[in-house]
Amino acid sequence: MSERIATVASRVGLHARPAAIFAEAAGEYENLEITIRAEGEDAEEGMDASSVLSLMSLGAAHGDKVVLAADGDGAEEALEHLASIIETDLDAE
Amino acid sequence: MTDNDVMGAAQQRVELRGVGVSPGRVIAPVVHMALAVSEPPEGDPLTGDAEAAIDRLKAAALAVKAELKERAARARSESAAEVLKATSLMAGDKALIKNAGKLVTDQQLSPERALWQAATAYADQMRAMGGYMAERAADIEDVRARVVAQLRGEDAPGVPQRKEPFVLAAEDLAPADTAVLDPDVVVALVTASGGPQSHTAILARNLGLPAAVAVEGILEIPAGTPVFVDGAEGGVVAAPGDQEREAVTAWQRAAAQLASFDGRGALADGTEVPLLANVGTGDDARAAAEAGAQGVGLLRTEFCFLGRDSEPTVAEQTQAYAEIFAAFEGKKVVVRTLDAGADKPLPFLTDTTEPNPALGVRGYRTDWTTPGVLQRQLEAIAAAARETGAHVWVMAPMIATADEAARFHELASAEGLEVTGVMVETPAAAITAEQILERVDFVSLGTNDLTQYTMAADRMLGALAELNSPWQPAVLRMIERTAAGARTASSASGAPKNVGVCGEAAADPALAVVLVGLGVDTLSMSARSLAAVAAVLARVDTAQAERLAALAVSATSAREAKEAVRAQLPVLHELGL
Repeated sequence: MSERIATVASRVGLHARPAAIFAEAAGEYENLEITIRAEGEDAEEGMDASSVLSLMSLGAAHGDKVVLAADGDGAEEALEHLASIIETDLDAE
Repeated sequence: MTDNDVMGAAQQRVELRGVGVSPGRVIAPVVHMALAVSEPPEGDPLTGDAEAAIDRLKAAALAVKAELKERAARARSESAAEVLKATSLMAGDKALIKNAGKLVTDQQLSPERALWQAATAYADQMRAMGGYMAERAADIEDVRARVVAQLRGEDAPGVPQRKEPFVLAAEDLAPADTAVLDPDVVVALVTASGGPQSHTAILARNLGLPAAVAVEGILEIPAGTPVFVDGAEGGVVAAPGDQEREAVTAWQRAAAQLASFDGRGALADGTEVPLLANVGTGDDARAAAEAGAQGVGLLRTEFCFLGRDSEPTVAEQTQAYAEIFAAFEGKKVVVRTLDAGADKPLPFLTDTTEPNPALGVRGYRTDWTTPGVLQRQLEAIAAAARETGAHVWVMAPMIATADEAARFHELASAEGLEVTGVMVETPAAAITAEQILERVDFVSLGTNDLTQYTMAADRMLGALAELNSPWQPAVLRMIERTAAGARTASSASGAPKNVGVCGEAAADPALAVVLVGLGVDTLSMSARSLAAVAAVLARVDTAQAERLAALAVSATSAREAKEAVRAQLPVLHELGL
């Protein structure tokens, strides 16, 4: 299992628009099950990263740390790419 | 048409009466706005195979997702498109479908109930988080209703999708209902509640659709019944006859005459009454310029700010304003600074927990609680004005004292903006217009708010529609008082003090005559109304306008004022206005 910690850069956190952008990106990796959870939570708490509702219910605010996890071929690269999205201020674009 | 529409169509003539808010006459079958989707009963059991039920659920969710995505592509504005796109993602959300599927297998619930419960859980969670997330709860509930309607084979809540033209009937319409309303199919709007300043009225005028509001009984007319709508008189007739068919033909002839405006508003005696446009976006501005508007009398700047969680930068704002100014090279553009609050909340400026937002921190007042936003906006307006050749005037909304006007003048002058003014929306500003105009160069009457504050009547309440008419003699006297104050200030200073009207009142051709008679110099309206107002003004002279104004202010009610003035203006009937 690969894991990657990322810090939320969007000023108002992972709300509707940043969550939608991220969920769409996570959904592109059809052969990987990518999960997301707040830092400090058990790995079983991980939620489907391609679900916009799950992302929003995570309630991650600006500066919060989240843990991305996936297993399988290309997991490392996928997590790296997705982490870079979380670490971009999506509201500024 | 669904079976429901045709069955039970009344063949019996029924005459209804409401308030006409946007002129035009049409006959078409009535279709009702789809009602809210009812909650499937708690514990509603699964009948049949769980796997087949889950397949149905998935298919329904994906169908809703596809429909919302398609509507996003057709949406008239970018912000509407973004909301629809985000909602479409929620409809196809894998976690939502998975949770609902689990309820079907584990608890043997019907797919309708399972989806309802799974979506409600998310909505409740968002609501509990408060703030921005709480607002998203409504989006999830919208998805919930749509998927359940799809499973049941009902019309989704909102404007029904049809191929043939129809008259849309509803209790009232909200902005979200009308984001993708197609004026080729929806040919008139009739609502049971709502007032002349309701969202329905404003939307209808923007789209040029005939509309009547506060039409009691419209919801009882069976769907599919042909109805006649007269958006000037406010009359609605179910199962109409020859008389109404002739009225429609007459309107079509008149409408051809009213199709264009030559770009010069004036009375019959040659007195100029510049006719300007109310504009909210770059598209509006280009359409207004094409329609012959002599400038912009009200540029609403909220379009730059709405739907955002933080303030746009000075550079972003400058670009947005410059785009609009460019459509009016060499012409006047009156820019209203940010008017947030009340019905236009902004997360970074306004406090949505105020018990009475219409009387709260809104308009210019947000500068007291969040200083800096106004100054940066003025900086951007000044920069955009320098880039283009438009004559830019700036004004502040929601002013109540001459001191506020003086302070706004200082702020704007410091940025290099030379022509400054304020909105007259409060009775306080109307009766101190003379003192205000010693500090600034012009005033613009926002009749929608001036009416609601003068009459102490919430403009969103259908029950108060009659009080909320700009024809109320008390409102007309406020306008008269403002114009008189401007004349005194002008002769004392030797400088012109322009009095404009930029509320919906200016778009009513009969009322436009009265406003000019009361001493108003310029009128600003949605671009669609320019030709009709110009056609009527061209048929009256100054003396007649003053006489009609005197008649209106001395009436005992809005209805009496309107009827008395209309009776003296046969041109209205001739043109079907």
